[in-house]
Amino acid sequence: MTEGLEQGILIGMIATGIRLATPYLLAALGEMLSQRSGVFNLGLEGIMLMGAFAGFYITYVSQSPLLGLLAAIVTGGLMGLLMAFVSVTLQAEQGISGIGLSMLGWGLSGLFFRLYVDGIQSIAGLKAWKIPGLGDIPIVGPMLFNHHFIVYFAFLLVPFLWFVLFRTTWGLSVRAVGMTPQAVDTMGVSVSGLRYQCLILGGMLAGLAGATLTVANTHMFADNITAGRGFIAIALVYFGRWSPWGILAGSLLFSMADSFQLWVQVLGINFPYELAVMLPYIVTIIALMISFGRVWPPAALGKPYERGVRG
Amino acid sequence: MKGRTFFVLLAALVGALAIGALFILLAKSDPIRAYKVMLTGPFSSSFGFTETLVRTTPLLLTGLGIIISFRCGVLNIGGEGQILIGAIASAGMALAMPTLPGVVLFPLVLLAGAVAGGLWGAIAGVLKARLNVNEILSTVMLNQIAAQLYLLLIRGILIDPQEVTYGTGVPQTALVPDAVWMTRLIPGSRLSTGFILAIVLAIAVYYLLMHTTIGYRLRAVGAGPQAARYAGINVPFYMALSMFLAGALAGLAGTVEVLGVHHRALEDISAGYGFSAIVAALFGRLHPIGIIPASMLFGALILGADMMQRAVSIPAAIVMVIQGFVILFVVASDVFIRRPELLGQWKSKWSRRSGEVS
Repeated sequence: MTEGLEQGILIGMIATGIRLATPYLLAALGEMLSQRSGVFNLGLEGIMLMGAFAGFYITYVSQSPLLGLLAAIVTGGLMGLLMAFVSVTLQAEQGISGIGLSMLGWGLSGLFFRLYVDGIQSIAGLKAWKIPGLGDIPIVGPMLFNHHFIVYFAFLLVPFLWFVLFRTTWGLSVRAVGMTPQAVDTMGVSVSGLRYQCLILGGMLAGLAGATLTVANTHMFADNITAGRGFIAIALVYFGRWSPWGILAGSLLFSMADSFQLWVQVLGINFPYELAVMLPYIVTIIALMISFGRVWPPAALGKPYERGVRG
Repeated sequence: MKGRTFFVLLAALVGALAIGALFILLAKSDPIRAYKVMLTGPFSSSFGFTETLVRTTPLLLTGLGIIISFRCGVLNIGGEGQILIGAIASAGMALAMPTLPGVVLFPLVLLAGAVAGGLWGAIAGVLKARLNVNEILSTVMLNQIAAQLYLLLIRGILIDPQEVTYGTGVPQTALVPDAVWMTRLIPGSRLSTGFILAIVLAIAVYYLLMHTTIGYRLRAVGAGPQAARYAGINVPFYMALSMFLAGALAGLAGTVEVLGVHHRALEDISAGYGFSAIVAALFGRLHPIGIIPASMLFGALILGADMMQRAVSIPAAIVMVIQGFVILFVVASDVFIRRPELLGQWKSKWSRRSGEVS
């Protein structure tokens, strides 16, 4: 009997880990695009919070989770556009503008929540969608193929973005603009244009990542619900060395630790709650430490481009 | 301060407030009435005046630390965590040795808060200097860890024994011995000598940064680590030092909250001061004297937002929105201060474009 129970717990733990990997994966893949194009978008946390609120609120009002997700993607894209305007057009210091964007998203989502919702409200949210056939395979089925569809989308995005980055002209330009923007400019391709595109796409993914937390995972919104996940996602880009596969590995490692921590609490194992909550942040710092030496960021990362000025 | 800089800062503040007004309109409230409460409330009574300075004190102390680290090229967002660590360390020290006379205990408690905050800050500094760990990310993580550690302690071993006896269980420490309480400057207010300490330290930081070799080297590392290295400056050491000093100042901010304001460590002791201090530091143009009026301004804004919430029920969260826009405007307009010729270039570009259209 205990054997079946243990197996059940293990399946549950891995399934939870895969579900929890989704917001990290989406946000980190978006950040990877921004950084590949040479812009360090530290506003990710703020964008995720705005996406989390927009997704929650529109679902709450319209009763349609799909509409909610769409609203989150649009909101995220607009936040990305704001970051692009500040950091590309106005050439502002990217670290500090990111802090500003994060505070803005934190404040705005909290303000809107108090103004328009206030109090704990729960929404219907997204249901799991079992893939016919695959979902019925024992053990593997419930682990991998019984999730809400954003999970499948996020995991399919990994090979897709790898293909786009390394096998298409657009991807080549994006990588080039993060390395030597002068060369791209000389070729007659717009540096600012590419950076705008990457920041907006990255913002849309971060918005969806935020909405995954509210619309799909918890079915509610709370002040600062992301609790630093946006920053963790940025750390995962370093850890994954700006590669979709590396980011996938990092997100899974991370979400499995997270899932383990949750299950320890669920199973009532006596472990201080605060220490359990601390765990992901400690793991992030360790992940950043072991990325040392292997880290080789895009050469023009963080530097505004100006025609005629050597970077 | 040059006229243009002043104008740009003023424009950034007015712009942020104008956007805030739009959100108040969205909330179907009257922005003029709301802002009247927010902007005049803090100055219309002695209560408002002293409470503004009560909020100025942690902003100023933490902001001074942020100035030191930013000037050294380390983007430190860890103020919030460093404040909490300083608060819990000082409260813990005061409660551990309640029988010591005040003259001995008081400096010990200040030292405990500063050193604990400093060491907490130095973690991020050493990680950046030695392992190239991005300090923005590590300080954000350290903030989250500090928040949990703080809760663990005030809910656990440091909880007020009375809370346990009466079964109320409010997570806070016992009152610290009154021998270490900071003297109230105005009876009946919460304004304490902590404010004077902050002003004195602002002058000290100014002297350190601008008139000593250490300050010169800190700024040299911030201006260009490569060049500083060629000049023989020990870059990793100064990066770590800047974060130790930043953490120590934020730790003192937490200590002042304990000794001067609440007389114990309690939940939500910081209320976002660590983040608002970044805004104040940037608004003060990273100058140790410039931040004094800047932190008074944001202290008043934070208090005013609280007053506005009570008077016209606009959530005080709006102050975070305004601060976010202030950062974006200040950092974005920086380009006009550094390179005013850009504005002219854009103007000609736009007129060319519209010329093509017509």
